[in-house]
Amino acid sequence: MDKTRVTFPHLGSYFVPLEILFTAGLGVEYIIPPPITSKTLEIGSKYSPDFVCSPFKYNLGNYIESIEAGANTMLQVGGDCRLQYYGELHEQILRDLGYDIRFINMSEAEFIKPLTFYNQLKEVSPNMSLTKVAMILPVIVKMAKYIDEAEDYIRKNVGFEIKAGTFERMHKRFLNELRKVRTVKSLNSTMQKYMRIFKSIPVNKPKRPLRVGIIGEYYTIMEPFSNHFIEKELATMGIVVDRWMNITNSVFNKSKEDAKEHIAKYAKYNMGATCMMTIDVALSFAKKKYDGIIHVKSFGCTPETDAIPVLQNISADYKIPILFFSFDSQTSETGIKTRLEAFYDMILMRKDVI
Amino acid sequence: MRAKAYLGLDIGSISTKGVVIDDNLNILSSEYIWTKADPIGAVKRLLPVIKKNLDTDKYRIAAVGVTGSARKLIGAITEAAIVKNEITAHAVGTMSLYPDVRTIFEIGGQDSKIIIVENGFVVDYAMNTLCAAGTGAFLSSQADRLGVAVEEFGEIALTSDKPTRIAARCTVFAESDLIHKAQIGHKKKDIIAGLCHAVVTNYLNNVGKGKKISAPVVFQGGVSKNVGVKKAFEDAVGYEVIVDPNSHLIGALGVAILAKKSNSDGDFDLNIVDIEFVTKGVECGKCANNCEIICVYQDDVLIDFWGNKCEKGALKKL
Repeated sequence: MDKTRVTFPHLGSYFVPLEILFTAGLGVEYIIPPPITSKTLEIGSKYSPDFVCSPFKYNLGNYIESIEAGANTMLQVGGDCRLQYYGELHEQILRDLGYDIRFINMSEAEFIKPLTFYNQLKEVSPNMSLTKVAMILPVIVKMAKYIDEAEDYIRKNVGFEIKAGTFERMHKRFLNELRKVRTVKSLNSTMQKYMRIFKSIPVNKPKRPLRVGIIGEYYTIMEPFSNHFIEKELATMGIVVDRWMNITNSVFNKSKEDAKEHIAKYAKYNMGATCMMTIDVALSFAKKKYDGIIHVKSFGCTPETDAIPVLQNISADYKIPILFFSFDSQTSETGIKTRLEAFYDMILMRKDVI
Repeated sequence: MRAKAYLGLDIGSISTKGVVIDDNLNILSSEYIWTKADPIGAVKRLLPVIKKNLDTDKYRIAAVGVTGSARKLIGAITEAAIVKNEITAHAVGTMSLYPDVRTIFEIGGQDSKIIIVENGFVVDYAMNTLCAAGTGAFLSSQADRLGVAVEEFGEIALTSDKPTRIAARCTVFAESDLIHKAQIGHKKKDIIAGLCHAVVTNYLNNVGKGKKISAPVVFQGGVSKNVGVKKAFEDAVGYEVIVDPNSHLIGALGVAILAKKSNSDGDFDLNIVDIEFVTKGVECGKCANNCEIICVYQDDVLIDFWGNKCEKGALKKL
């Protein structure tokens, strides 16, 4: 086989630390999937089972477009839901389509046996140097946290920028500069520089702006294309958008036990994947007296479907409106706009009254 | 000097509604016609009728408000003071007539919604998403199949004392179930009553799922004219369901009120009929998204466009 060229499907801005992990850490080439477009979803849907959750379709579209861009080694992860089976099915579909590729399925690794992860990575890069991986790991972990921190600031302020598009432009520059970072030191200075830039972008924020919290399923909430750029839509309405879900909070800081304790009144058993976290975060947004909550998920996502009745109870107890969206490959743009506009009208009128 | 009046237009998938109100929210003129998949044409047919019934020596249209699924297009060509989503428009319209309303059922041609009101403001709402079962379009197509005018549906339904049970989860399945029930000998009036019940069951299980329904309940939209559906709703929720004589016009009324509140003061010409409007769909082609950009031309001049996902697709307006 040719030189290894790895790819992993898009998820927000995390392609930046992933690229560094594979190039600087494992010493292989990394192909960033082409940006997601309607074409990506079209290709992904064409070769996916119709009723599978839409992240599967986006991922498959990413794989195929990455293969066309030169990738030959696909990576997939596992999870607490159908995600656990994604890898196996993706691999089979790609093989059936006749692609001669290598497929590394991380869902076969076991958390309690770290060696299994090592073996998986060894497959990607047989000559990998553990020293190099050990050197780069702290950089990429911290980078993911920094990306989350910066994007959190942006979500809360972009709706109030005086010159439209400034935050987006600076965010792109920030990511481009991060791609060159290889040490914690340069990472820290890049972060400091850009946080200064972000904080100096002039905003016109009212004293009590509308605040909306976004909750929901892992992929749909974090990949803007798949949620029809809902955060951007809300921002243009002049709303502070808050989102707990990101890699920092869900992987590095997550505590299922804490969540279970917080939500004991509402849910007793773990219903899988992000369900408990969704409920926990909704409750914290409600307690912070946010103006509204928006729940996003892909159509057919079982754990998040199970969360809905619980969220309705929270909505009733705390008198906080919750808007539910279920996206799939055939969602109409007009329908989303109508519901979002009505949601905005509703929370604005409530605010005037309260 | 002519007094101010406000025009509200509700351009839905199936029907187009227009209402003119005065400063005291009295309806001065109104009309309801079929859209026939041609929103611009429908508005051009609607406005002369609106004009005919309006004393134009006494009133002028100070502001236009537009709602419904064609609101953006019609908003652009009428230079509307306000373009509002149907949910807000319906809530505003209903609350002007029934200030203490708690629950609004609305069933239109292609969509249905539920709006929950508390102390005079909307606290929750939902709209049907994936399926048109339980909407007006479903009822009209079944009326066709049964050879009955949809307008007579309600009266016929009321004559049945044993409504047929029809599986209503999905339009296609409902249709095959209906055929099946007809073939095994159910009476037409029972099937019709069954369809009315099916619409209600479907509505309450989908749009109304998880919503707390409290009285007063107001039912509107085209389907509210069907007394069979009204009765089925009353049986299901256990409250009286109010249907206003203008229940088909509430969205237009609501957006007319919003137009009034916008404080714009113009003089809208109801003779829009003579102006040529053309829409063209252009594929952007600047990236793989290939957005279809809709351009609206007034006498060959581009007056508005939409559909582009990013700045690359932005066109120059003249």
